[in-house]
Amino acid sequence: MPDVPPRMNEPSATLKASLPDPLAPPNGRVLVRVVDLHKRFGDLEVLKGINLEVAVGEKLTIIGPSGSGKTTLLRCINHLEKPSAGHVYIDGELVGERTIGERYVEMKDREIARVRAKVGMVFQRFNLFPHLTALENIMIGPMRVSKLPRAEAEVIAAELLRKVGLLHKRDAYPERLSGGQQQRVAIARALAMRPKLMLFDEATSALDPELIGEVLNVMRQLAAEGMTMIVVTHEMQFADDVSDRVIFMDNGQIVEQGSPREIFRSPTHPRTRAFLWAVLERQAFQ
Amino acid sequence: MTVAAYYAGLWRLLQVWMPQLLVAAGGTLRMTALAFIVAATVGLGLALARLSRYAALSRFAVFYIEIVRGTPALTQLFLIYFGLTAVGLTLQAFQAAVVGLGLNGAAYLAEVYRAGIQAIHRGQREAAQAIGMTHGLVMRFIILPQAVRIILPPMANYTISLLKDTSVASLISAPELMLRARDLSSEYFRPMNLYVIAGLMYLAMAYPLSRAVRAMEARLSQGR
Amino acid sequence: MTGDSWGRALAQLPYLVHVLLLGAAMTVQVTAGGFVVAIVLGLVFAVLKTAPARILRVFATAYAEIFRGVPVLTQLFLIYFGLANIGIKLEPVPAAIVGFGINGGAYLTEVFRAGIEAIHGGQLEGASAIGMTRATAMWYVVLPQAVRVVLPPLGNFAIGLLKDTSIASAVAAPELSFRARTLVDQTFLSTQIYLMVAVLYLAMSLPLSRVVRALEARMGRGHVA
Repeated sequence: MPDVPPRMNEPSATLKASLPDPLAPPNGRVLVRVVDLHKRFGDLEVLKGINLEVAVGEKLTIIGPSGSGKTTLLRCINHLEKPSAGHVYIDGELVGERTIGERYVEMKDREIARVRAKVGMVFQRFNLFPHLTALENIMIGPMRVSKLPRAEAEVIAAELLRKVGLLHKRDAYPERLSGGQQQRVAIARALAMRPKLMLFDEATSALDPELIGEVLNVMRQLAAEGMTMIVVTHEMQFADDVSDRVIFMDNGQIVEQGSPREIFRSPTHPRTRAFLWAVLERQAFQ
Repeated sequence: MTVAAYYAGLWRLLQVWMPQLLVAAGGTLRMTALAFIVAATVGLGLALARLSRYAALSRFAVFYIEIVRGTPALTQLFLIYFGLTAVGLTLQAFQAAVVGLGLNGAAYLAEVYRAGIQAIHRGQREAAQAIGMTHGLVMRFIILPQAVRIILPPMANYTISLLKDTSVASLISAPELMLRARDLSSEYFRPMNLYVIAGLMYLAMAYPLSRAVRAMEARLSQGR
Repeated sequence: MTGDSWGRALAQLPYLVHVLLLGAAMTVQVTAGGFVVAIVLGLVFAVLKTAPARILRVFATAYAEIFRGVPVLTQLFLIYFGLANIGIKLEPVPAAIVGFGINGGAYLTEVFRAGIEAIHGGQLEGASAIGMTRATAMWYVVLPQAVRVVLPPLGNFAIGLLKDTSIASAVAAPELSFRARTLVDQTFLSTQIYLMVAVLYLAMSLPLSRVVRALEARMGRGHVA
């Protein structure tokens, strides 16, 4: 341990030396690469230079206090937010931009849409389409985006609905479903597009406690099947069980990363320790 | 004159007036329908322009809406009927009324559409984008289907207002109910009778629409 | 021909503007008069509509439905020409003010009723729990909140009324549209004059619109419970 406490915004030299090189993924082919990502909202800089690589099949969990930029990072990956600086690559392809010679030019709406189709996102507030049934919510992507015939889309949707355990609710409208059920439908909706990558933005934070388990189970199942997942969550137990790698973000930067055992059992950075202490203390009472 | 004689005389006059007034009311209904079509379609275009990412389109739409909503429909009718002759375009009164009322309504409906579209929660749009929908697909399958539900009652109320506003077209001598009532009134010197009848006829024409609006509002508040 | 008419318009500009401004002043007067009458009638009938006695409620509903369902033009003709025919002769301006007032009152009945009912009964309970009489509660608790609910629709109504006064030209009230008609008959400069008329109406309505929008924005804060 260093004798002098590190400056607030930067890990110490010793710490940096002990961290795995962020540009070298733990194993396998790189699926997502984030290079020097910055995001500013007006005067507020929310992402201050994120560098990250995620391998195919890797389960990455991002933890950190609110305002740390975790959600913004996720939304930059599928270009729901446009980065102020830096680049995102998915499967080798630039996201949201094209290169013309040396210059970067923003992608047209249609091209961005095509990239987004390969990335699934699950939102904190589910965002199901209220005017469509559960089945129709899942079908609409394959039908209208992938242009599959209705019959085929219906088969795909029914299968996914069965997989998340809600086939019996196929004709229900979202307002009749519990939060947990809605979120499971939302996961199925994302999966219907056969994404290479699934992003989970605090998928269980808006759920009543007794409904969290059913959603986490679906996520566990997905992980076991080999899906590449980037999960922003406060569910530490889940992160511990399922992740290959955990990243702690604070104040727009990656402060520390490592395996779940490293981060949860022996975190090195003081801020990581402070955060985990506060969160786990709270969770111990639940 | 005894009461009986008065009403007997009135009955005779009604038999002369009513056929003419009913034909004129047909003109009112036709004008309403045509102006509505103009307003609904031009209004949609305006609303989409207003919400467009292209600043020029958006600014033009705002400009148009502000000007049209800031001036009376009568002035607009006068400009279109009398004023356009200066640039060589001569419309018949009925046509001028349809165009004028339609363009006037378009500015109003554009704001109704815009409110409806913006009422759809942003998360919906993001979820649709997240599964790979382009802006066009998002509008077509997610935003507009939901917005329609919000927009229908104000649109129905607008139609009822439009029905009454067609009376203004009488001032450019367009063939509708008030014009006929006025002509008959100067011919027979019975303004009280004729305008009361005209008023009742407007109420009668609007009634089915009002019922429909109330039924619609009831159905939309329950169910989905 | 068209070039010639623009030249003539320019030559007569001071005269045209003078006459039109007189008309605009009358427009403001008719609007103000109609607005006041409409508010008074609207308040009266809104209270009637929430009265315990059913006959009063029916009466108020009938008033609102009839005078909202018939076009303003028809109502003006009834008041100006119709009443004259049975012996009650009104000047154009009073006739217009009465007409717009009655029509507006029917519309505002609903606005005021919504304002009164927007205040939860719970507010009155809370007020009486701290010892207020019904009158005090009305004055200090209900009415201030009701006013805030009612102001934006009232503002929008005023703008609509300003534009509707153009219809008073049909009963020869010397407001802006009537003055314009007379000028056009005199000079045949229809395009030029109606464009000026449009500008004048905009000059009157746009500031009002801005005020209403500011009001609507402020209503967002400090919400009504």
